[in-house]
Amino acid sequence: MDGNGRVDGNTAEAPLLEVRGLQKSFGDNHVLRGIDLEAPAGSVTVLIGPSGSGKTTVLRSLNALEVPDAGTVRVGDVAVEFGPALSGRALARAGARLRAQSGMVFQSHNLFPHLTVLENVTEGPVVVQRRPREQARTDGLALLERVGLREKADQHPFQLSGGQQQRVGIARALAVRPQIVLFDEPTSALDPELVGEVLAVMKDLAAEGWTMAVVTHEMRFARQVADQVLFLDGGVIVERGTPSAVLEDPREERTRRFLQRLIDPL
Amino acid sequence: MEESTWDLVRRSLLPLAQGMLEGTIPLTALSFVFGLALALVVALMRLSGVAPLVGVARFFVSVIRGTPLLVQLFLIYYGLPSAGFPLDPFPSAVIAFSLNVGGYASEVIRAAILAVPKGQTEAAMTIGMGRATTLRRIVLPQAARVAVPPLSNTLISLVKDTSLASAVQVTEVLRAASIIAGPTYEFFLLYGLAAVYYWVLCLVLSFAQTRAEARLDRFVAK
Ligand SMILES: Nc1ncnc2c1ncn2[C@@H]1O[C@H](COP(=O)(O)OP(=O)(O)OP(=O)(O)O)[C@@H](O)[C@H]1O
Ligand SMILES: [Mg+2]
Repeated sequence: MDGNGRVDGNTAEAPLLEVRGLQKSFGDNHVLRGIDLEAPAGSVTVLIGPSGSGKTTVLRSLNALEVPDAGTVRVGDVAVEFGPALSGRALARAGARLRAQSGMVFQSHNLFPHLTVLENVTEGPVVVQRRPREQARTDGLALLERVGLREKADQHPFQLSGGQQQRVGIARALAVRPQIVLFDEPTSALDPELVGEVLAVMKDLAAEGWTMAVVTHEMRFARQVADQVLFLDGGVIVERGTPSAVLEDPREERTRRFLQRLIDPL
Repeated sequence: MEESTWDLVRRSLLPLAQGMLEGTIPLTALSFVFGLALALVVALMRLSGVAPLVGVARFFVSVIRGTPLLVQLFLIYYGLPSAGFPLDPFPSAVIAFSLNVGGYASEVIRAAILAVPKGQTEAAMTIGMGRATTLRRIVLPQAARVAVPPLSNTLISLVKDTSLASAVQVTEVLRAASIIAGPTYEFFLLYGLAAVYYWVLCLVLSFAQTRAEARLDRFVAK
């Protein structure tokens, strides 16, 4: 498999993901106040931060599900400069080009309930990318095997557990062979005993070299898997660095307080 | 010689059945199919966000809902010929009932489309689908399932409403009953018999509705 964001050893290359000066307001609510970030191909970026700090909005700006008011987003060779000049059809086209670069895993899996598990996975390849049906089927089954759900291929989403649904969501996101995979709190809607199976799959993907941007509060996952951790608060990135720097030895008071509350909510 | 009540009933069974098979049922089926197609178009116009389309769709629904069906039927049957489009009773009735279903069902379909969670559209976008593909492959199949119960009610109402077509000389169950009742003065008996025919048809349809709902319910995003 090529073109799926694996590390190719060329360190001099520009980062796969590059975001500059992202701004977004919902009415009077200034949610993103200038976000800059970069992620090399094959890296795992974890976003943490308090509720309402803008984590989801950042992630959804990367595939234009949310349209930033200003700033640029580049994924691979697709770069989009948002702003008042970009609107209407041009905006729709730019958003579609960005989305073609990424896959997304949602907090509430958003699987298609009227399709089987396998059809959920092959829908993108067959209907959008026009790959041959047989080929897409074979690839889809291999992906389901990857997430440990080969035998559920012909079931419908409602017949699966929450953890299984989320793993199908991951397979669906990978099936379109994105450059980068975006995860928005993929485990926070799950019962605690189901969290592990989803994180294990994500950990494998990271080891295989997929480029990932993950919003999560699973600190063990961040520590073990992340290449960089970004702490977001009030629409700015307050602190960034390696997991050990940000999580073990934060420089900023706000980061320290947030981490303290995660450990001891009372 | 006086005809016994029983003989009259027996003599009426066939003409009423014929009215059902040649009048009520085809009238219902054609109007429902054309009406649903129209309703989908009207619903999509209302959801398009394009001001003129939204306006036309709202005006249409408002007129259909705000005027009696019998008046709509008369307008088509008597009105179109005077405008230079003479029409037979049956096609006039199909047009009138289709328009009527189109108005009412468009609101049902619009609500069903809006009931499909936003996350479904977003998930479709993230695997690269455009608006039209998302509508066709993701939203409409789910909306159809949401719309089955209310549309079944529309269908059952339509069955009963087709009796109005007797007013423009379409030979359906009610008119078949009137034709026999006239000379015999057995109105109560014949209209009672007609009622039974409608009732049985509606019972069959509600039975089918219950089964369809149970099957479809599981495939809707919650
Ligand atoms: N579609 C929207 N319309 C209006 N306000 C929004 C919308 N989406 C997000 N917001 C607001 O933007 C702010 C940031 O939201 P966002 O969802 O990005 O935060 P978050 O960091 O993901 O929070 P959480 O941890 O609760 O998921 C919040 O104040 C939220 O209320
Ligand atoms: Mg969020």
